[in-house]
Amino acid sequence: MALKGNLRDFTVTQLLNLINLARKTGTLIVEGSNESAKVSFRDGKLSFAEMGQEDGSLATILYKANKFTLSQYRTLRSRAGSMGDKELGLLLINAGYVTRQDVLATLQNHFISVINRLFTWVEGIFQFENDLLPPDDKIVTKVDLENIIIEGSRRLREWEQLQDEIPNLEMALKFTDRPGTNLRNVNLSVQEWKVVSYINPKNSIRQIAKATQMNDLEIRRIIYGLLQAGLVELIRPEGVAAPIQTTGPMATGNREEQKSLINKIIGRIRSL
Amino acid sequence: MQTVKMVVTGPFSAGKTEFIQTVSEIDVVSTERKISSEAEKIKESTTVAMDFGRITVDENLVLYLFGTPGQKRFDFMWEILSEGMLGFIVMVDSSRPETFREARSILETFRAYAPTPYVVAANKQDQKDSWEIEDMRIALRLDPAIKLLPCVAVDRESVKTVLLELLYSILQEMDLGKS
Repeated sequence: MALKGNLRDFTVTQLLNLINLARKTGTLIVEGSNESAKVSFRDGKLSFAEMGQEDGSLATILYKANKFTLSQYRTLRSRAGSMGDKELGLLLINAGYVTRQDVLATLQNHFISVINRLFTWVEGIFQFENDLLPPDDKIVTKVDLENIIIEGSRRLREWEQLQDEIPNLEMALKFTDRPGTNLRNVNLSVQEWKVVSYINPKNSIRQIAKATQMNDLEIRRIIYGLLQAGLVELIRPEGVAAPIQTTGPMATGNREEQKSLINKIIGRIRSL
Repeated sequence: MQTVKMVVTGPFSAGKTEFIQTVSEIDVVSTERKISSEAEKIKESTTVAMDFGRITVDENLVLYLFGTPGQKRFDFMWEILSEGMLGFIVMVDSSRPETFREARSILETFRAYAPTPYVVAANKQDQKDSWEIEDMRIALRLDPAIKLLPCVAVDRESVKTVLLELLYSILQEMDLGKS
């Protein structure tokens, strides 16, 4: 079955986590708004990555990592011709230009840099092709994804923290009744003032965001700041019913009666 | 006459109404409206208040199935619907990963309303774009102990299996002394 979707809803960090935990082998193809990327994995470990139309040949990667001078690079390009990366790598190692460790470490850094760029993509579609591996002539690595995911997570942490702090944009806000708080003495940015001007128990956070033309992240960031400063508090919007506190039907009666009732329902559903 | 209820919840277009329709002995009392939002026009109509299905167990006992409205702007209904439920089912459309985060959020909200047993139904498993169950478990951040069940909401046997698994979970929690 397909593993595909949209980055707006399923982040690169989540994808890598899934690939890591499920120990997947195959290639993740991401089509961003301006470019595309292919990242391959074997048993949940990073093995290869390339970004769109960028030159991902070994010679270019090593040159960009300052393993060669420009003239050496040009010579290599003209002489290596259509030589595959594996063949070229072997040639360079045997000739003493680079060590095997140099090649692997440079490629590893390059692949990780491709993924780090992917973390910044918020728009695009992805598809994971099971068992699709890089071309045979490419040198592959075997990098654990955990550290890469941790780095990506740091970038997403702010967003997720804000979502946790303010999970529901349908809530409204009101100014706290703390004595001594005077908004005039607080230094607020223009954006914060805009939000403050709409704070009213009748306005949901989402409505404020719409009025101030802010996206979910921006409005959460500002509201979070105001909450932390103790200037405002979250409340249920006016006109929305409060939760009804009641006990469930299973709260009464003894346990055996309850189990008997459930068993009756089980019997009935089996007979449907 | 004793009545008990289960709630079927989940994101917009997860298949909640179909799920209830498949096993209800009455025509589902559905409060559906034509969809006006372009962003949500992946189906013609949606539930705006609740769906309501019934299974008569015997002359003294009736099980009601309530489906929650899937659109976020009706989430104030959730607390009301969750009152007194035996347990709940979170429906997730396996072919729409963009709804997984919302499904997770709904699940947590319902758990906060009432810590009753629940199962997650991975609906639309018959579609070619559907995600594998274990991939969904990771994506939904579900503990291995939580039942994540493959489901096709228009298939009666499939729906029965989900309901039975929820009931088994309820029994199990009773045995453990949690309910």
